Amino acid sequence: MSDSGGDRAAATGPAEPAIDGWFTLGGPGADGGPRLIGSQCGACGTYAFPPRNGACPNPSCDSDTLEPVEFSATGTLWSFAENHYAPPPPYVAADPFEPYALAAVELEREGMVVLGQAARGVRAADLRVGMSMRLGVDVLFTDDDGVDRLIWVWEPVGGEGR
Amino acid sequence: MSGDDVAILGVGMHPWGKWGRDFTEYGMVAARAALADAGLAWTDIQHVAGAETIRNGYPGFVAGSTFAQKLGWTGVTVSSSYAACASGAQALQAARANILAGFCDVALVIGADTTPKGFFAPVGGERRDDPDWLRFHLLGATNPVYFALAARRRMDLWGATAEDFAMVKVKNARHGLANPNARYRKEVAIEEVVSSPIVSDPLRLLDICATSDGAAALVVTSADFARRHLGSLDGVARVRAVSTATPTYPQTFLELPDFATDSHAVVAPPALGFKASVVHRAYEEAGIGPDDVDLAEVYDLSTAMELDWYEHLGLCAVGGAEELLRSGATALGGRVPVNASGGLASFGEAIPAQAIAQVCELTWQVRGQASGRQVEGARVGVTANQGLFGHGSSVVVGI
Repeated sequence: MSDSGGDRAAATGPAEPAIDGWFTLGGPGADGGPRLIGSQCGACGTYAFPPRNGACPNPSCDSDTLEPVEFSATGTLWSFAENHYAPPPPYVAADPFEPYALAAVELEREGMVVLGQAARGVRAADLRVGMSMRLGVDVLFTDDDGVDRLIWVWEPVGGEGR
Repeated sequence: MSGDDVAILGVGMHPWGKWGRDFTEYGMVAARAALADAGLAWTDIQHVAGAETIRNGYPGFVAGSTFAQKLGWTGVTVSSSYAACASGAQALQAARANILAGFCDVALVIGADTTPKGFFAPVGGERRDDPDWLRFHLLGATNPVYFALAARRRMDLWGATAEDFAMVKVKNARHGLANPNARYRKEVAIEEVVSSPIVSDPLRLLDICATSDGAAALVVTSADFARRHLGSLDGVARVRAVSTATPTYPQTFLELPDFATDSHAVVAPPALGFKASVVHRAYEEAGIGPDDVDLAEVYDLSTAMELDWYEHLGLCAVGGAEELLRSGATALGGRVPVNASGGLASFGEAIPAQAIAQVCELTWQVRGQASGRQVEGARVGVTANQGLFGHGSSVVVGI
């Protein structure tokens, strides 16, 4: 969880992922942080995200079986952006809207770039293409039942600044 | 003109704007203008190729048959193409394939749109199996976010500046001044662009194209029909290539509406990225290279994206687009003017009409009819365009 303040900070009440099966929440332990859950082909070894069933995306592979796999938790910042206007529904925007950054991070082992929001409080001015990033989890919005809906986020490793 | 070429006998547009009227009204204006330009009647058309969008209703409604009915049923055959922003080029390809296969001699290609205000949003309802819906819901990843990601890479990798991006807008606004079909016909200063509100950092309001109403149409025919109709093929614009290539695995550049790229862990990336490959295939079919191109109409969804296209088109090396822009080569009067029409910067995007409008502009240019924005001696032009879900297109028009 991000420990930043504000009304959209870390979950205090009941919390559930905003989407099932795309990431783990992590737990205690040295390597217990959250992970994205992707898919890996048992035949050719290629990866995919979001996780999916069925045909391998590699056109030279005729496997129809993809297995869930936890992705690397760290990578390199490929690019980033910062929204200054509230996205339209189905995004559930904070009111009043606060600008927030998005980060696309390249994972070396998986050979992929994965997009996510940046951790709360991390702004475009803090980011630079090529810097090291780590996966976290934060609150995306609180639903009508008072449940905090969680989402994966990217944050700079070890206080690196622009 | 070779036997594989299709003649462009007529082009027509409804001006771009924002009125919110029935899209078929705009389409009718464009169709009648294209027919008049060709010197043909609606009853001469044997096939209607419609370019689709999801925004004006269900696919069966926004289709070739919609325009056939509007113009009056004649028994004409129809086809309907959905390819996001490349729908218009796919419709042209459908018409061209029908002509080259001998199924018809004369076809009408048509696309029209009415757009809502503000950000494009996904189709309504709760659709948790639709990646387009999910990218809005889970990330707030609007289209400008993807434009911004690409723009930021230009800045951090190649040293692009906000002023470079602004210069694209200034250039295209100037190009569009004399274009009667452009929505915005007003000079813009660099200071106005760099002081406009940030939409998705690093891009500002004037870096990002608007969404517009508009319509464009083409009358395309076989070479034999054109020769019979006109007595000669001299001065007749022709379609020399249409590319609608999809990506080759692995697609390693993050494109809208995706959450992630493909993986290159097991399969090496192709030599050419997706957008370059779309253009390359058109060059290959036309038997030309970037040095043969007199002008280009590219999809400047953002100012920065126009710079990406310079590189995909091979007008300069990767990382060289800013220098090419600063040299003036891509402005009217330069070596290879880009978006002489004014581009999306002056038009805004009317999705199913836009790729057709690009072909209209190239046709006027190679005929020498682009009043106030004519590229001197233009004989060969290329278009480039890209949409959601791996759709893209490139068309070569020559004379």
